[in-house]
Amino acid sequence: MSTPAAEAVSETAKSDVRPRREVIHRHPWLVRLTHWINALTIFIMVGSGLNIFNAHPRLYWGQAGADFDRPFLALHAWPDWLTIPGYMDLADARHWHFFFAWVLVINGALYLAWSLARRHIQRDLWPTATDLRAIPRSISDHIKLKHPKGEAAKRYNVLQRLAYLGLLILLIGMVVTGLCMSPGIDAFAPWLVTALGGRQSARTLHFLFASAIVLFIAVHLIEVVLAGPLNELRSMITGRYTVPGEHD
Amino acid sequence: MGIIITRRQALIGGLAGSGLLLTGCSKIFQADALTDSESFQRVLAAAQGWTHATQRFLLGGGDMAREYDPSDISPHFKANGTLNPGGEDYDRHVAEGFVNWRLKIDGMVAHPLSLSVADLRKLPSRSQITRHDCVEGWSAIGGWTGVPLALLLRAAGIRAGAKYVVFYCADDLDGDPAKGGDQSMGRYYESIGLVDAMHPQTLIAYDMNGKPLDVAHGAPLRLRVERQLGYKMAKYVRHIQVVSDFSGIEGGNGGYWEDRGYDWYAGI
Repeated sequence: MSTPAAEAVSETAKSDVRPRREVIHRHPWLVRLTHWINALTIFIMVGSGLNIFNAHPRLYWGQAGADFDRPFLALHAWPDWLTIPGYMDLADARHWHFFFAWVLVINGALYLAWSLARRHIQRDLWPTATDLRAIPRSISDHIKLKHPKGEAAKRYNVLQRLAYLGLLILLIGMVVTGLCMSPGIDAFAPWLVTALGGRQSARTLHFLFASAIVLFIAVHLIEVVLAGPLNELRSMITGRYTVPGEHD
Repeated sequence: MGIIITRRQALIGGLAGSGLLLTGCSKIFQADALTDSESFQRVLAAAQGWTHATQRFLLGGGDMAREYDPSDISPHFKANGTLNPGGEDYDRHVAEGFVNWRLKIDGMVAHPLSLSVADLRKLPSRSQITRHDCVEGWSAIGGWTGVPLALLLRAAGIRAGAKYVVFYCADDLDGDPAKGGDQSMGRYYESIGLVDAMHPQTLIAYDMNGKPLDVAHGAPLRLRVERQLGYKMAKYVRHIQVVSDFSGIEGGNGGYWEDRGYDWYAGI
């Protein structure tokens, strides 16, 4: 189906002085659908995850770790307004977390299967050699808040590609580290828990990966706002994206 | 011009974003109201069934929980829940060295049993060094010796139609309100299904790290069910009952914490 560079929907210039902007079909329907399910799910997973974390706000490295052991990271409990539910309740937080963990996995599997089959990941996310060479320039463009225009705006720039691929890997990492905290899964696949450094290491990595995802979301939201929030939001809801003109 | 607009948009967006965040995760979604709603809880509870079924499928081959080396044993094994049941009856057992403690096994069995700790120590035993995973998030490694529950259940003879094994304890747990949720006082009890009950690592343990269990860790007898979380592993066990369902047993959900909202299947 369509890619960022795909079909121009309409809008050849009328005989105005200013050329009309080009509107393209940017995001395929499945990417839009799974994006919003994923957004809601991650929001709930972070909120309920922080509530669960508050039951023992210390992280360790290795298989075991409790009050008497040296922590890898000792934090304070997160404030209630950040957690789901908004009061301390491990039982209820686990209900939220483990229901939406299934949603995350099913939604993610759907996205992955579709995106690999339609070559969305290979074509739109996987950076080319040219992309990789452009990393320094792309970094400086981002710092200067200079956003791509015209043809360049129709495809993901290299930092976007790396960020989206990174998010994909982090989400897979969340599922794996989450499962590795389960005593049942540890009996089924102890090698996987060993590979992560142990059960408490898996819990620590789960927290660190989640932190990286929160950082991704912060940068993602800032970039959406900087790039034109209405246009960006519309493109992720309806798929229609107005290509920023060269003279804007 | 573009930059000016986008900076202004950034500012507005940033403010809106922070406002949303400050309003709080729970408030945005009315998450607390949803949590209180019984029908929403029923939706969330469906996931427990999916997780249980998946783990039953994955662990169908009777996979063993990982066992560790003596050098891995935690120097301090955190004790949680009841640290000392107290009371006249239990204190007397402590003073007597538990020589008069009886473990009753009844319910849907052919031959109800009543065993002393000394009786249990004469039976074939199993020792294992395993990791104890608390629902709160921490873990500790300890060595356990005890009688495989399967051996006791086979001796008692499980009758047709039995599905669960219930463990009644000597302690009333008065939860810690600081931990949140329902921490109301109640008799501690737990239950497991027959698959876990017959698993070779499921023990009625009497020794911890080579010494008789101390009071904080469940003296004189506690359950070890290594492929589930710590709250399943009832301490101070004195009565085992084989049943077909939980109706009429305390809150009817198969355990002290289960009656307070926690999952019955605690494999995750």
